[in-house]
Amino acid sequence: MTITSTHIPRERRRRTLAGPVVTLISFAGFVAVWFVAAYIAESRVLPGPVEVLAYTVEEAVNGPLLSELGITLWRVAAAFFIAMVVGCVIGIAMGESSILNRWLDSWLIVLLNLPALVIIILAYVWFGLTEIAAIGAVALNKIPNVIVTLREGARSLDPGLDEMARAYRMSPTERLKHVILPQLQPYIAAASRTGLSLIWKIVLVVELLGRPNGIGFQLHLNFQLFNVTAILGYTLAFVAVMLAIEFLLVQPFERYTTRWRKRPN
Amino acid sequence: MNDTRPAGANGPIEIDIAQKTYTGADGVPVPVIRDFSLRIAPESMTVLMGPSGCGKTTFLRILAGLDDDFDGSIGMPEDTRLGFMFQEPRLLPWRRVRRNIELVADEGFTEEDMIQLVDALGIRDKLEVYPGELSLGLARRAALARAFATRPNLLLLDEPFVSLDEPTADRLRRLLLEVWEARPTTAVLVTHNPREAVMLADELVLLGPRPTRVIETIKIDVPQSERTPAMIEEVYSDLLQRYPENFAA
Repeated sequence: MTITSTHIPRERRRRTLAGPVVTLISFAGFVAVWFVAAYIAESRVLPGPVEVLAYTVEEAVNGPLLSELGITLWRVAAAFFIAMVVGCVIGIAMGESSILNRWLDSWLIVLLNLPALVIIILAYVWFGLTEIAAIGAVALNKIPNVIVTLREGARSLDPGLDEMARAYRMSPTERLKHVILPQLQPYIAAASRTGLSLIWKIVLVVELLGRPNGIGFQLHLNFQLFNVTAILGYTLAFVAVMLAIEFLLVQPFERYTTRWRKRPN
Repeated sequence: MNDTRPAGANGPIEIDIAQKTYTGADGVPVPVIRDFSLRIAPESMTVLMGPSGCGKTTFLRILAGLDDDFDGSIGMPEDTRLGFMFQEPRLLPWRRVRRNIELVADEGFTEEDMIQLVDALGIRDKLEVYPGELSLGLARRAALARAFATRPNLLLLDEPFVSLDEPTADRLRRLLLEVWEARPTTAVLVTHNPREAVMLADELVLLGPRPTRVIETIKIDVPQSERTPAMIEEVYSDLLQRYPENFAA
């Protein structure tokens, strides 16, 4: 009896303390390894963290970093939005209708397995080196992923709640808002998580291949100049923005939409 | 196939189901209901009792308009507003109890009506919690509040008190009678519990095994509020003698 009663609180205290501390130590470890490696290598192709940070700040204040970052972010946002909306609609429809699923399933498999690079090149060849081709190609790379995830979600909808909504004659919009979307929330969250990371990566490729601006374009430029400091500097800015979005937007939103779940303290 | 014709505004419900079949997993059609006819008087409490798996839930789903794949007809008053209490509470776990009720409530349902209803059911302090935090008994009360908030003229209850401990179930039965008597509604309740049936029914309908049909309709004329435990016991043992296979617990 006494053993369990002293055990449980201690366990709990350790867990709440552990989270941020571990993250911080692990991050510091990463920076330290980088620092030491750069110090030993003493080479132009591996600048240290201080040098890279200085470059990033300098490029943000006096260079084009912020505007390039803005352009890339806009492309990410546009592609993300299109992919989520189109993917959700098709995914839910395929999950609900087995006939539609049979019709579209083979297309989906083809699209899922088509290399991103093929889609990008074809989009540029067919539609020209335009903004629409770039964003469309990125969205098209992500859409099949969203479809597969949301189709799974639509298949797992609770028939009991659906019956309840029909018995109480809820309107289609009410059903969508209060019955269907809350059930799909974990699937939408998963799709947007993996979506963001995938889209970040593909947007840079699209920019590298056929856009006159954006982070991808800058990386391309600096690759030709063999300027590793610049490449790492742009990457750093990018990673910082990505982390900020994860911690300031994605996670709070997830906490808000799952507030009804009982959480272990 | 079927036709749902409107009868008078406050008329009876006339049910006439020639046949309802289910297609089993092996593709063979299984008859669930056959030659089922029943007339439900307005503002009465009709209790259906039958062996488990006989098709009671299927019948309620047809009555609720959730399943129209049957041969026969259901005559129902026009603009019937439905309240449905399922076996499980089926509350939306991501909406607070208050929102769950408000979402389906009648347009004229005011905050005062809400307070009155949840006070009667003893869940006023639960309005702002999520259903996941409620016990089964409390969740059932919330589901009952939701069913009444629609101001139904047809209230369907599918074994609403099953898997509760007896004192809780008994308290809920009394609460049901209380809110039901405050606003008389045509109610159809399905149960396994013979004492519950005798306690609640104006009209007790005995159903046969699958494919189910009406075996007997028994009228109980004493108002529910005047039924004492002794009287319920008496009616029960009388019915047990007359219909041993239906009332053996």
